[in-house]
Amino acid sequence: MSELAERTEVELLALGDDALIAAQRLAEWVSRAPTLEEDVALANIALDQLGAARMLLATAGDEDELAYRRDDQGFRNCLLAELPLGPARGDLDFGWTMTWLLMLSAAQLLRYTDLAAGADEQAAGIGAKAVKESTYHLDHATQWMLRLGGGTEQSHRRVQEALDGLWPYGHELTEGIRDRWLALVEPVLAESGLTRPADRWRPDGGRAGRHTEHLSFLLAEMQSLHRAHPGAQW
Amino acid sequence: MTAQTEIARIAGAVPDPELRVVTIGELGIVRGAELADGRVTVTITPTYSGCPAMDAIRDDIRAALAGAGFADVEVKTVLSPAWSTDMITESGWAALERTGIAAPGASGTPACPRCAHAHGGQPTPVLQISRYASTPCQSLWSCRSCLEPFNAIKKL
Repeated sequence: MSELAERTEVELLALGDDALIAAQRLAEWVSRAPTLEEDVALANIALDQLGAARMLLATAGDEDELAYRRDDQGFRNCLLAELPLGPARGDLDFGWTMTWLLMLSAAQLLRYTDLAAGADEQAAGIGAKAVKESTYHLDHATQWMLRLGGGTEQSHRRVQEALDGLWPYGHELTEGIRDRWLALVEPVLAESGLTRPADRWRPDGGRAGRHTEHLSFLLAEMQSLHRAHPGAQW
Repeated sequence: MTAQTEIARIAGAVPDPELRVVTIGELGIVRGAELADGRVTVTITPTYSGCPAMDAIRDDIRAALAGAGFADVEVKTVLSPAWSTDMITESGWAALERTGIAAPGASGTPACPRCAHAHGGQPTPVLQISRYASTPCQSLWSCRSCLEPFNAIKKL
């Protein structure tokens, strides 16, 4: 395999796993969002993530094999993607989710833009497709950050707590694109009246298969049907 | 009519599984149709990458062509160039509007499909309810004049 092909495959797997795990996380909101419109929005964003994941993983290998037959150590997603959408496992916090989506979609937008400009034709096609959808995701998260950050005392406090909690995971997420990512995210935080957290702790390891316990729980749910009935089809 | 033109016509005339009023040809989903050595290859492109209708579209194309006597059909998916709303044909937009689904509008604000013609072409004020609607490619709006909700195709 050429150096380009090898590098592309590593990148496809990392991006594909980010999108797949994010899709599974976001799907937790289905039927539980604060309003019907938001329920539909979150389901659609999850669907976009799943679509991008399928294209990326199908290019890197066999999509079902990759999604359903790997153990947690085989996954290459960044830690942010697998974190619960609230302060603790099982929590589902809306402000936390929008902060998570802001961080993730800004990084995805940049990574897909780079993929679209790359030398690998198939990967470039996926990047060009996904970049349009990421633009909508980033916009959706931005609109909510402005409302929550500049909303009530409680909404501001909770979204700031989410930002403080998630910020450290942004380092691994933005490796190699940090400056461009900050240029997208910092203005949103400023306009939302939120304090950009200081850069201290930098947890990583996801890209090397060293994950948090949260991924194991997520996979247990996502893969249970396929593991019980290998090759099951609708 | 050559067999090739006939195949393109049949594939393009397949109705979209979610928006039954328009064909996949009008939506710009069909990229090509070829006949070589008795084998048909139809090339399609997804509107959104996670569009759940793609499997149904593939099956519908195969069924439509099988009905016309073409049994050996392969449906390929291409991503490049990425689908955009500019690929929807004029008759496609007209069909969507007749159903109450608005075009995204040049400025990003759609016109209410019920009131668009009733006010001498003057657009009525509209309000975006949600950036996402019943399909990934639509957003949800409400008209401040007739107070009815309507869907609009999102600019992509």
